[in-house]
Amino acid sequence: MSALLPAGTSVRVRDDWPETRGPCHIRTPHYLRGAHGVVEKHLGSFPNPEDLAFARPAAVLNLYHVRFSPQAIWPDAQGDVLVVELYETWLEAA
Amino acid sequence: MSTQTPVPDPSTLPEARPRAMHDMGGVSKFMCDAVDVEPHALDEFDREVDAIRGLLGAKKVMSVDELRRGIEAIPEGDYLRLSYYQRWIRSITDNMLAKGVFTEAELHAALEDTK
Amino acid sequence: MSTVLETPSDRLLAAVRQLLTDKGVVTREEIAERIRTTDGASPAQGARMVARAWVDPAYRARMLADGAKAADELGIPMRGMPPLGVLEDTAGEHNVVVCTLCSCYPRAVLGYPPFWFKSAAYRARAVRDPRGLLLEFGTALPAWVKLRVVDSTADYRWMVLPLRPAGTEGWSEERLAAIVREGDMIGVTFPKLP
Repeated sequence: MSALLPAGTSVRVRDDWPETRGPCHIRTPHYLRGAHGVVEKHLGSFPNPEDLAFARPAAVLNLYHVRFSPQAIWPDAQGDVLVVELYETWLEAA
Repeated sequence: MSTQTPVPDPSTLPEARPRAMHDMGGVSKFMCDAVDVEPHALDEFDREVDAIRGLLGAKKVMSVDELRRGIEAIPEGDYLRLSYYQRWIRSITDNMLAKGVFTEAELHAALEDTK
Repeated sequence: MSTVLETPSDRLLAAVRQLLTDKGVVTREEIAERIRTTDGASPAQGARMVARAWVDPAYRARMLADGAKAADELGIPMRGMPPLGVLEDTAGEHNVVVCTLCSCYPRAVLGYPPFWFKSAAYRARAVRDPRGLLLEFGTALPAWVKLRVVDSTADYRWMVLPLRPAGTEGWSEERLAAIVREGDMIGVTFPKLP
């Protein structure tokens, strides 16, 4: 696991598409790939579901609640704040 | 949906990227679908599938992550056609076969017994 | 496996049940007991937590800090359950829960997820058009209240702690719990006086 990201840290979700490389199980929604957000809270640490889904040994990863603007994703969005649980392996400094 | 903002061209949205079909957040083709808000009681089939999944998880035979992956592997047409627990029983079956809990031959034989 | 996809579901269940019991993976008694236990969970449990939080600020704080522990305090069985996150509504911000990827739901405190929560329409619309979505449930959110949508993608399960409605001053916890419905704890409706 990496060092904890404090609340308020600006992050970018990796613009990666494992779906194009073969069977996978991804819990980072498509609509967040490449999106910019702000860390709200560290939620704890949990085994990586991407590996659990294939009964592979799973590294324990930090999980964060990260806040996004829905209008930055969909120009016609009608909500105000979108908060999603994301594993540290999907987050880059921004 | 609100008509205040023009509806963006879906080809300009994240959904046009290589999205898995179960990854439905914000996907344009569902945005005008009405939500069926009626309560639909679970039937015996639903409850039993749910219970078997829970037991397989508690006994560490199949995790909820494996269940989800099995559901996500269902072809899109079948995924949308099948009910929620119908998807579950297919994922459970695929996982049991993949793990060798039972074989295809045993499954065929058991299906014959159910006729 | 194409046979799996083509076979009618009830026959598939019967075959799987037979195989799993024959091989000693599960027993019929265990299946029946599991069904009984799961049937015992219902929104009434979450409603008790909400009612307690409305009358007891210290419980509210504990519930927001650790939902599973707070549920356990009220005798709701939480052993082996995923972490429970509680989303506090304020006058200026309202929370709505969705699982766009599947149907993750706080089953331990709310019971089985409702049909609509698992539907493509709900999963797609909640993150992009939550105001329109809430209208489907008869909920018109004032324009000045911020809508905060929480997409349940990982290990936590989320429930909403709604605002206590006006006109309930002096009510007992039991009376308060009786007006808190399933949809109120997902955020698609607000608790209403009967």
